[in-house]
Amino acid sequence: MAIEVRDVNKSFGTTPVLRDVSVDIASGSLTALLGPSGGGKSTLLRIIAGLEQPDTGTVVISGVDATRLAPQRRNVGFVFQHYAAFKHLSVFRNVAFGLEVRKRPRAEVRRRVRELLELVHLEQMADRYPAQLSGGQRQRMALARALAVEPQVLLLDEPFGALDAQVRKELRTWLRRLHDEVHVTTVFVTHDQEEAMDVADEIVVLANGEVVQVGSPDEIYDNPANPFVMSFLGPVTRLGEYLVRPHDIDASVTPQPGATAAVVTRIVRLGFEVRIEMRIDDREVWAQLTRGTADSLGIAPGDTVYLRPSPHAKLLATAA
Amino acid sequence: MAKYLLRALALIYLLFLLVIPVGLIAWRTFGDGLGPVVEALTSDEALHAIKLTLTIAAWAVVGNTIFGVGTAVLLVRHDFPGKRLLNALIDLPLAVSPVIAGLALILVYGKFAPVGGWLEQRGIQVIFSIPGMVLATIFVSLPLVVRAVAPVLEELGVEQEQAAQTLGATGWQTFRRITIPGIRWALAYGVVLCMARALGEYGALAVVSGRIVGETQTLTLFVEDRFQNFDQPAAFAAATLLALIAIVTLLLTKLLRPKGND
Repeated sequence: MAIEVRDVNKSFGTTPVLRDVSVDIASGSLTALLGPSGGGKSTLLRIIAGLEQPDTGTVVISGVDATRLAPQRRNVGFVFQHYAAFKHLSVFRNVAFGLEVRKRPRAEVRRRVRELLELVHLEQMADRYPAQLSGGQRQRMALARALAVEPQVLLLDEPFGALDAQVRKELRTWLRRLHDEVHVTTVFVTHDQEEAMDVADEIVVLANGEVVQVGSPDEIYDNPANPFVMSFLGPVTRLGEYLVRPHDIDASVTPQPGATAAVVTRIVRLGFEVRIEMRIDDREVWAQLTRGTADSLGIAPGDTVYLRPSPHAKLLATAA
Repeated sequence: MAKYLLRALALIYLLFLLVIPVGLIAWRTFGDGLGPVVEALTSDEALHAIKLTLTIAAWAVVGNTIFGVGTAVLLVRHDFPGKRLLNALIDLPLAVSPVIAGLALILVYGKFAPVGGWLEQRGIQVIFSIPGMVLATIFVSLPLVVRAVAPVLEELGVEQEQAAQTLGATGWQTFRRITIPGIRWALAYGVVLCMARALGEYGALAVVSGRIVGETQTLTLFVEDRFQNFDQPAAFAAATLLALIAIVTLLLTKLLRPKGND
């Protein structure tokens, strides 16, 4: 294990932020800490980095108990949401910072920084200052800076949170590819389930300061531990006493065994996908069908359809 | 119409309070050409006063720069009991008259006071001597560096410092390579202000210096002394020199200020 977090508790004043959190992160993995804001995921990341101290519990990094170790001795790379670029230093000097404070020989620093700038595609920007870069470029610079000291662990706190949607998607793909190239154990915090599923090998779901579920993106999507995880990871709708994914609903115009009657209220065509909004008694329900299936049903608002979960659907009893 | 009236009013106000008096000093100073000015400023007493003023100002700037940056870091980056009290105390020198500051120092460091007596026995004379004058000058210019640096430090935030830490920088390396460059313009601004205040101080120095000619007479005390003794050319020459220094520092602060937020 690259990182072992054991029974960590942390409160800010009287507000508990983390409660008995234990997480194992495998060497070389790319892990997402996913959860709603205020769930404690950033605090957990900062505790791993040593920027916060846990009230109780331990943090072990590469087999060494790092709980009381200062951040500069943990050999972790940390990337901040708002980049934390050194504004008075050029891109080159930013990336060189960790090597310069370690008093590495000049030639080595220069060679290593050049390599890293190439890796993050900023070789043309070496002499610019952070203020002259776009948000995405600044974040790539911050990544190169963190990687320069060859950390055992790379920690990213909402790394794409301050970027616009287009750049976000690009950087996501790019981070995934970078990880495949560099293989450093990476943990990133996000509140965006799509981002977590797109990038990570492993997802740790945190809510209200507790670890709710750990698993691969598929496991968590297909076998959510509870209704919260299910609705956080993707769309859900309620069919009878169960929560079900809208794409796991079979609709038919004729009564079927075990099916519930619903009245169509609205049909929304979103290209390939068709969204059918219905009512069962007074409760709204919706199903996501492919265009072909929806067309073959030939339904219109006001019609009655019969709904049941498809054979392999994941059903979760609602909490109520 | 009202606009022009206000403008005229402001100009007349400044004219009679600032421009004419300062202008007249310069006029009187250079009225008989440069010769008498040079002569007045190169007398032993004048040269000594200039040297003493610069020495005291330099020490006060060094003291208040170290104290100012340290205190600003303490106030902005740390929480501790008594923080609000410290914050309020720092502004005290602005509210207290310098004369009172001088008297207060005599009460502590005077020959017959406990602390002053103890130092006196060890051969250190504070009051009526340079150490006391440095203390008095530090007192009156105490808040300037803190107040210039603290807001910029606050705005700078902790993320860059934390980033430096995770990259392996020690506390000192972080301070020197990240914090100081981040506040450099504000620090320079505070230092210049402190310098200006230190050069122009009169009241506190009048009390603690004893005004010993050729020994504890600074430039401001020299001006007053010459004026009282009807040596007007020397008084005006020294006054003009002080005014020139003030204008240079003013220009420096103007130069430094807009860069405070880059």
